[in-house]
Amino acid sequence: MGFEDIKQLLTDKFGQEVVLGEEISGLQPALLIQPDRIAEVCLELRDNEKTFFDFLSCISGVDYGIGENMFGVVYHLSSIPYKTQLTLKVKKYYDRAQEGLPSFPSVYSVWRTAEWHEREAYDLVGINFENHPDLRRILLPDDWEGYPLRKDYKAQEYYHGIKVD
Amino acid sequence: MTNTTSQTPYKTRYEKLIAEAQSSEMILNMGPQHPSTHGVLRLELITDGEIVKEVIPHVGYLHRCFEKHAENLTYQQTIPFADRMDYLASMNNSHAWVMGVERMLGIDKEIPKRIEYIRVLVCELNRIGSHLIALGTYGIDIGAFTPFLWCFRDREHIMNMLEWASGSRMLYNYIWVGGLFFDLPVGFEERCKEFIDYFRPKMTELNELLTENQIFISRTANVGILPLDVAISYGCSGPMLRASGLKWDLRRVDEYSAYPELEFDIPVGSGKMGTTGDCWDRFKVRVDEIEQSVLMIEQCLERLMKDLKRTPDFDPRAKLPKKIIPKEQDFYLRAESPRGELGYYFITDGKSEIPKRVKARAPSFNNLHVISEISRGILIADLIAIIGSIDIVLGELDR
Repeated sequence: MGFEDIKQLLTDKFGQEVVLGEEISGLQPALLIQPDRIAEVCLELRDNEKTFFDFLSCISGVDYGIGENMFGVVYHLSSIPYKTQLTLKVKKYYDRAQEGLPSFPSVYSVWRTAEWHEREAYDLVGINFENHPDLRRILLPDDWEGYPLRKDYKAQEYYHGIKVD
Repeated sequence: MTNTTSQTPYKTRYEKLIAEAQSSEMILNMGPQHPSTHGVLRLELITDGEIVKEVIPHVGYLHRCFEKHAENLTYQQTIPFADRMDYLASMNNSHAWVMGVERMLGIDKEIPKRIEYIRVLVCELNRIGSHLIALGTYGIDIGAFTPFLWCFRDREHIMNMLEWASGSRMLYNYIWVGGLFFDLPVGFEERCKEFIDYFRPKMTELNELLTENQIFISRTANVGILPLDVAISYGCSGPMLRASGLKWDLRRVDEYSAYPELEFDIPVGSGKMGTTGDCWDRFKVRVDEIEQSVLMIEQCLERLMKDLKRTPDFDPRAKLPKKIIPKEQDFYLRAESPRGELGYYFITDGKSEIPKRVKARAPSFNNLHVISEISRGILIADLIAIIGSIDIVLGELDR
């Protein structure tokens, strides 16, 4: 099933308001999905016999830059029986000055791979995942301050009396 | 165990597990300095006597900010950092990184055949070296000391050869965007052939000593069985996934570099000594993969010595781009490293030589995740067997 067919399939199932658009300029086309419905879309893509994306390769949390105030999550799906790949994207406006973290639904219930990948995105980019069973820092210590892969990140000066360089 | 957060006062599953441990259970820390964790990995075990009730892995002790570094360096400068991710298979790491950048630039079809074959040759040599460590240390984990020394003895030949080609022993920085650091030294192909002739009987010896050893089989067969659906759901890849019985090898699926022109099989686990997907199967898949790598090396050598022969005017740096500025896009590249699917995700802005965002998908990261699923209700001694069979490299896991 090609990219256009998958887009059509999702639009038929969920409607225009869920499939927000596409990015086809690069080598790998990507579908832009409405953030609140991403878990349903993923479940459909996994279970539909025509797509069967049973393997989640990667989840990346992205900070799109200081000026844009946009945060997103990128999902790289792979289908073992059909040998196809698909990229899904969700994006959300998030003002850095506000309290709390940008928040997206967890896809943990669809693929278990997501558990650690989402923990990593939370740890390094500072993205909250709703309904995640175990959202803790994973690579950094639990008491680390800030999210290093954010574009406005400044490292803390001292960590337990040790100078951070 | 899903959705525990909404019904209980605990914020995370981890808190709940620790808080609700029974008084008859003991919370035991294995690592971070435990010899059989293959690096600095800490496993928190909830045990009832010798029975493991729950395994909670804590990772990150070796975090070296690979992604942060990659966002501050040019593509060529990141190659040494990519080498250091999986330090047992540097060539495979840099090969994947370089392929990703070349595809974004659109020069991947222009790379001369000789360079592609040299890349595959050194990658497969490195794969053998990496698997030899996996096999040798697995033996030592469960009490066989001699195979460890044999594997290291044979790996040393590979290290010496790659050092001859690149100048360093483990972290090569040999594969560059658009070419290679140097051509192979004169006489490399002959020495490589000699090594293959020497190495083949050694693998037979190793199989007699370890793979078909009854004590080894008793320790590994029917232990740590990983069913295929669990493996896929947890994103396991490489020998882990293949041992569960699925023919899935990105060298065949994605057909990158010179692999489509090479003949090789994809070994899968068959449950010969126990159940499909047990520790013995994972071990055996690696043994078989070494044999396939040897076959690939022979095919590469044959072509490198005949129609792709070294010529005096051949310059492996001829296609090196002066400035690497890919156009604005995002791109995910996956390749088969000795541990599984190694992926790099790039976001570029089309203006600078530095990527906007890089994410590395490390195979060990996903392979280790499954450990808490397959280690419930086993003995502590079997947990050692399972960790070894996953073959994690912490440098890559923590990045």
